[in-house]
Amino acid sequence: MAEKRKTPLTKELTKGIIAENPVLRLVLGTCPTLATSVSVTNAIGMGIAATLVLVCSNVVISALRKVIPSKVRIPAYIVVIASFVTIVQMLVKAFVPALDEALGVYLPLIVVNCIILGRAEAFAGKNSVAASFLDGVGMGIGFTVALVVMATIREVLGSGTFLDGIDSLTALFGYTGFTGFKNILSQPMAILTLAPGGFFVFGVVMALANMLAERKGKPKAEHTGCAGCPMAHSCGLRASDCSENKEKEEKAV
Amino acid sequence: MTASKIPSDKKLTVSASPHIRAASTSRRIMLDVIISLVPALIASGIFFGLRALAVVAVTVVACVLSEYVTRRIMKRSNTIGDLSAVVTGMLLAFNLPSSIPFWMAALGGAVAIVVVKQFFGGIGQNFVNPAIAGRIVLLISFSTAMASWTQPLSGFMNLTAPDALTGATPLVAYGTDAAPGLLDMFIGNRGGCLGETSIVALLIGGVYLVARKVISPAIPLSFIGTVAVITLIAEKGDFVALAYQLMSGGLVLGAIFMATDYATSPINFKGKIIFGIGCGLFTCLIRLFGSLPEGVSFAIILMNILVPHIERITTPKPFGTVKEKKAKEEKKA
Repeated sequence: MAEKRKTPLTKELTKGIIAENPVLRLVLGTCPTLATSVSVTNAIGMGIAATLVLVCSNVVISALRKVIPSKVRIPAYIVVIASFVTIVQMLVKAFVPALDEALGVYLPLIVVNCIILGRAEAFAGKNSVAASFLDGVGMGIGFTVALVVMATIREVLGSGTFLDGIDSLTALFGYTGFTGFKNILSQPMAILTLAPGGFFVFGVVMALANMLAERKGKPKAEHTGCAGCPMAHSCGLRASDCSENKEKEEKAV
Repeated sequence: MTASKIPSDKKLTVSASPHIRAASTSRRIMLDVIISLVPALIASGIFFGLRALAVVAVTVVACVLSEYVTRRIMKRSNTIGDLSAVVTGMLLAFNLPSSIPFWMAALGGAVAIVVVKQFFGGIGQNFVNPAIAGRIVLLISFSTAMASWTQPLSGFMNLTAPDALTGATPLVAYGTDAAPGLLDMFIGNRGGCLGETSIVALLIGGVYLVARKVISPAIPLSFIGTVAVITLIAEKGDFVALAYQLMSGGLVLGAIFMATDYATSPINFKGKIIFGIGCGLFTCLIRLFGSLPEGVSFAIILMNILVPHIERITTPKPFGTVKEKKAKEEKKA
């Protein structure tokens, strides 16, 4: 049995990085992605905070999946998620106040981050605790990687710095000697730190992830109904609930 | 700008010569646009010197090169022969100050062609004017370099600091000693983007384009007319101020050469008028109330995005009547 479970479990961990990357392939959590990928320090901080919440909420929701009545599952999930967000927010405020200031409203907004609710609904609500834990870790890493990749492009080209203000994070381990590379570019392209540049970088990185996933034989993330969805194999929606199928049915009628 | 129809390979070789009047090809249209830009190019050479011509060369080379390389990477047919990249390059350069670093000019060209044009499918598929998008990316990214205007070489009147404010500046300076005379404004002897200053050269190009039926005068006239009416009201009937406002900034350049881009302007007359009035309205709103000194490029790009909706509401009537008849016939059957 243990032998049999081994492969799928490692897959639960690795799928979140490219094949089902929450930001780049499932297109979840777009708002915090665009807002916090301006600097790498913010991206790392946001990634870690969201991963912590995701892992904890996945585990708790998975453990309670047989207790929570399905009719009120969304409010129940939100209560669990909100509790962990509050804990993480207090921790960040206490130990990394600079990050709290930089992330601003996006830190408490992790409550409504659709990656976390999405994983609770699509995965933790119907899988074992161990699998949900690994799913949370994998998705969290995927989110962080996507954020850091986007933030690297935006920070280096848009502000001419790299890891600027990283000392606010390393201060956690008592080290503040390194404050990031500065003045990499003498004339940075400021548009990349603004919203249009954010969307542009998002699109380019998304296309890149699509290309990588396609090489691995995964379906292209396209708007072509359930078949094109990277989550098709684990999606809990009945085919008739899916808006795509509904449209088709309506046309047929 | 786009072709009304794509020529076959055979036709393309025949129409290669500009002396043969073949069926209207995109290459011929682009060539007409390039010819119409030549007077302004000469004027920029006279007023801003060789540096201006070098900037034009850099953007043109950057545009053509990035078009060639992108098409090659995307494994699509080579389209640099239709000259549209040359037009984009020239128009982009006309929207830059002559003092801009060459690498910025080249970057603007690459953004215009790769991001705005080729990512969306190449000639005729761009959703906004590539040259304007390139200019706006540079303007937002490098605001200092984009707003440091060099003065004309033969500087009779020394327009000093005030013109570091771009387009609408002569209006800012209007009434002070720093303001250039109206005649200087007309021939282009003032600070500004290298291709936008010489109104007379731009008008010659515009008349050529209209005479060759490359563009319809509907958009330029409604655009400039709207700006004139609103300015006249805002300036309480001061005609000198009106003349300054109309000749300053990129208004004439934008109205004649940028707003008339085929791919990003409405097809029929009514749509063109709505488009022109919209451009004029946004230009005035930005000039009068915005924090930016010049609004022509933003106005045009905003209206570019609205074009599909303008087209929808201005679909010509015959099309509608035919449709109604069809529906009735179907009912009868």
